[in-house]
Amino acid sequence: MQISIYRYDPDTDEAPRMDDLSLELPAGRDLMVLDVLELLKAEDPSIAYRRSCREGVCGSDGINMNGKNGLACTTPVSEAAPRGKLTLRPLPGLPVVRDLVVDMGQFYRQYEKVKPWLVNDTPPPARERLQSEGDRAKLDGLYECILCACCSTACPSFWWNPDKFIGPAGLLQAYRFLADSRDTATAERLAALEDPFSVFRCRGIMNCVNACPKGLNPTRAIGKIRTMLLQQGI
Amino acid sequence: MVTSVTSFGRSGLADWVLQRVSAVVLAAYALCVLGFFVTADSVDHTKLVGFFGSLPLKLFTTLAVLSLAAHAWIGMWTVGTDYVRRHYFGRAHTLFLAAYQVVCLAAIFVYVLWPLSVVWGDA
Repeated sequence: MQISIYRYDPDTDEAPRMDDLSLELPAGRDLMVLDVLELLKAEDPSIAYRRSCREGVCGSDGINMNGKNGLACTTPVSEAAPRGKLTLRPLPGLPVVRDLVVDMGQFYRQYEKVKPWLVNDTPPPARERLQSEGDRAKLDGLYECILCACCSTACPSFWWNPDKFIGPAGLLQAYRFLADSRDTATAERLAALEDPFSVFRCRGIMNCVNACPKGLNPTRAIGKIRTMLLQQGI
Repeated sequence: MVTSVTSFGRSGLADWVLQRVSAVVLAAYALCVLGFFVTADSVDHTKLVGFFGSLPLKLFTTLAVLSLAAHAWIGMWTVGTDYVRRHYFGRAHTLFLAAYQVVCLAAIFVYVLWPLSVVWGDA
């Protein structure tokens, strides 16, 4: 198989480059892209990428495969490279630490802004704060995010304003807590999102929906935040 | 919360609502003017003056021009804050963005004054 892989070590390289490699894959098996990376690393241990669980749970190995962001561990080679040539790049829009490893600092700073934890100032009950089944169901499609950054780094608005626009991943989590019946900080959360950048820089491009390896829909969550802001503001 | 002194309403929600309301006003105005041209047997200067010179249409034109100004500023401000980036312009980024916004404001000012002077002027 023909593979083109992004290589860059800021300590030694003047500029990034794409290395063209050839790899013999085992016949009769559709490997995952992560398997291909492991085979490449066996030949060249200097290739750098992140990985951990290898089953789509940890979100470590988000990369760009043939132009589309996704998890290397859950993306079959046949899906990533239907025409036979696999092109691997780091997630776009974030500073490259080395090869396929990006600095996620900006992504996490935006995530932190939405206060991704439950706020409830009422005295805690003896055991736990209960929810009805209906209220719990409102969190489906929101809590499953694994923070792989595939969505935010596919978003042009996040590319242009990564320090001001929270991005689809952060906003999905913002709505996850706005929708939580146990959270009492709804007004404060909405007030923090009402400026021209945090939420409203979303132009509804929907790259996030296309990129999410967990099948989540950040655009719908952003729409619901806008509706909540509108209901509060009118 | 990200503050910005140059956004139209200083609020994302206000700008978002205003952009949509102004779009509806502009669409209604366009349909109104289109309706005149489609339904008129013939169009000459007298009929144009009669149509645009009526008080309801003068008020509607004024509303459309002000909607256009608000809509344009919100849109151009968004374009500027997306594409006039520190990455491209370095230290001069703020200067370029301010210059861009001044040019946009000046153009919008002309686009407001000119049609309003025609609609409400003596001629």
